Amino acid sequence: MPRKNNLTIALAGNPNSGKTTIFNNITGTRQKVGNWPGVTVEKKEGTIHKFGHELKIVDLPGTYSLTPFSIEEIVARDFVLETAPDLVIDIIDASNLERSLYLATQIRELDCKVLFALNMADLARERGIKIDVDKLSELLGLPVVFTVGNKNEGIETLLEKAVELAESDVHIPKTRKVQYSKDIEVSILAVEDLLRISIGEARLPYKFRWTAIKLLEDDQVVRDRIADLAGRSREELLREVENQREHLRRLFDDDPEIVMTDERYGFIAGLVKEAVTTSNRKRVDISRNIDLVLTDRFIGFPIFVFFIWAMFQLTFKLGVYPMAAIEWGVSLLSAGLDSILPESLFKAFLLDGVIAGVGSVIVFLPNILILFFCIAIFEDTGYMARAAFLMDKIMHLIGLHGKSFIPMLMGFGCNVPAIVASRTLESEKDRILTILITPFMSCSAKLPVYIVLAGSFFGAQAGSVIFGIYLMGIVLSIATGRLLRTTILKGADAPFVMELPPYRIPMLKSLLIHMWDRSKMFLKKMSGVILAGSVVVWSLSAFPLHPEYGRDYAAMKEEIQAEYSRRLEAAETEDQEGLLQEQTERLTEVERARQTEHAERSYMGRIGKTVAPIFAPIGIDWRGSVALLTGFAAKEIVVSTMGILYAVEEEASEALKTALQESDMTPLSALSMMVFVLLYVPCLATVAAIRRETGSVKWMLFDVAYTTAIAWLVSFLVYQGGRLSGFA
Amino acid sequence: MQLSDLRESQKARVVRVGGNGALRRRILEMGIVRGTDVYVEKYAPLKDPMELIVKGYHISLRVEEAAQITVEDVR
Repeated sequence: MPRKNNLTIALAGNPNSGKTTIFNNITGTRQKVGNWPGVTVEKKEGTIHKFGHELKIVDLPGTYSLTPFSIEEIVARDFVLETAPDLVIDIIDASNLERSLYLATQIRELDCKVLFALNMADLARERGIKIDVDKLSELLGLPVVFTVGNKNEGIETLLEKAVELAESDVHIPKTRKVQYSKDIEVSILAVEDLLRISIGEARLPYKFRWTAIKLLEDDQVVRDRIADLAGRSREELLREVENQREHLRRLFDDDPEIVMTDERYGFIAGLVKEAVTTSNRKRVDISRNIDLVLTDRFIGFPIFVFFIWAMFQLTFKLGVYPMAAIEWGVSLLSAGLDSILPESLFKAFLLDGVIAGVGSVIVFLPNILILFFCIAIFEDTGYMARAAFLMDKIMHLIGLHGKSFIPMLMGFGCNVPAIVASRTLESEKDRILTILITPFMSCSAKLPVYIVLAGSFFGAQAGSVIFGIYLMGIVLSIATGRLLRTTILKGADAPFVMELPPYRIPMLKSLLIHMWDRSKMFLKKMSGVILAGSVVVWSLSAFPLHPEYGRDYAAMKEEIQAEYSRRLEAAETEDQEGLLQEQTERLTEVERARQTEHAERSYMGRIGKTVAPIFAPIGIDWRGSVALLTGFAAKEIVVSTMGILYAVEEEASEALKTALQESDMTPLSALSMMVFVLLYVPCLATVAAIRRETGSVKWMLFDVAYTTAIAWLVSFLVYQGGRLSGFA
Repeated sequence: MQLSDLRESQKARVVRVGGNGALRRRILEMGIVRGTDVYVEKYAPLKDPMELIVKGYHISLRVEEAAQITVEDVR
């Protein structure tokens, strides 16, 4: 057999089996994170050079089984079947042997080359479980290697054995697999024979025995594939399979797949009996004691709330410092370029469009890094599962899984990482539903808008009004959840069969890798979209460059300059400084008036005036309309746009408040606008995240349409209802 | 007797896992099969879901899901 230089090795194993740790130890920072084709399941792979080979290590999604119920399981199974890696390493959690072996028996049935890594045997030993590796290896008919993933022990041996096994042309033993009871074996043989006749070895992409077992288990994926291949004998084949299933069902008084699952566990029980000795000595289970406190009837929730509070404090309070540093850096760059480059359209494009746009995203990086770091701690310690355990009852009321809570909560910070965080949900429907209701959680970028509007019109009650807005978001997300669950995303929510893994001390390396993977994704994808979006917004508000102005601003400026140069000549030396200042002030005033008129006459202003009739019934004038439109790029922009349109300096929020109070805005229309900002289409980056994480343009468009319709409707009710009730 | 009838710190043996489709299969695949001993570790603060110890590991189930599992006393 010729030596193959490139070997593909797939890592399989249960969630929490230490698979990711082993993968990180093998590949280090040389890993590539992407998605499996067509689905939003994360795919990680890394290439290393070892023993004169190039080893491509692929981390399969962590699964408990290979029954194609979840996307993860389908992805893992398809990879082994279709891509046919040179070797599969199945990581078995020694402290959780029986359940880990269930996946092992299924991988054995696939008939691929497989090596077992018995991980965390030290933990098992501490719990009084002794595993006879030689015996286990003999019983499984395949080599078993000891590893301790978090101490990086046994990894070298594992790789060495892996390469050795992948290169050898030993036949995988046919024995030592699950033997089912006699009646089932007879049915398996019958179906096998039929497959041989109707499809034949050359055309069948899988092994006969495995295919027969899957057909008897009524595996939809295999069934459809075989039905396609069988051609004319299709009817006959499927009928025979159904006959065999019916026959077994009568014999066992249960579905064949249930009986077979039972029997696999029976096989495992026999294996465990021979290879494992358990001492009965009682030991202190630290993890269990921790859990008794953290999920305690009385203090469980307060502790949970504290953790969440601490996470937000860290994210937003600690994030302020690096944020300020980045802002400073961006403004330095901007100022630097401002002084170097000559006045031109390109300069305006670069400074106001590109740098301002990208700068507005990059400042969120510290927040996102800290937030993801905290989430990684929750996940790696095992607390995330407990959070879901605590919250499930409440979330179940909306028709969601306990795990949906975390993304929704993160939505108060920033919707983009929140939507990415919905990846932890296994069921696709749950994921989509969570993604669709998360934008109603009022993100931190909307807060400045509320502060300005509520501060201008509600005085002392501003705090209560803003709280009310947040509350309204929560209520509407619950209502939306219930509505969608009973209509387009119909169906029971995913079962809550969830492992509560033992608490573990997280490894810094793994936390950092987790954090960076997600943040990198955020930066890469979002900066592209944000960049494009800001360029569009900038272009619309910058062009046409020189519209027909109602007044001749250039002439006005010249007049002022002429006036002051006359007065400066006449004035005493000590008065000159005051005059110069006065001149600058008057020039700025004229320039601001020009900018306001420019904003009104730019394409953006024209669009604003065009759409104004749509906003009129909800009490928002053309200026508000423009501000809302620009808010699509990023919500913070709403305030700065209003600043430009009401001709005040962006930074001076007091001035904007005064200007707003003097305009024809009323408390009621301000409230209506706040409601609209809360509910309407999320920012560009969020919309892009929705598109990415749902994997469909359809859901993205649905979200855009739904949120905007709801926003208009609710604002309409607030505004018109308020007017009817006699509020101005 | 159903699994959901058990109180905290009670033990039982699985007789039959009822229900249908994916949920039933999932419960079985997680090792809650006929003849398995289960121990009710605790209920969540809001009484739902519940936490069990099965085959040496901890798993949580909703009460309505546990109601599909028939159990018997173990001596």
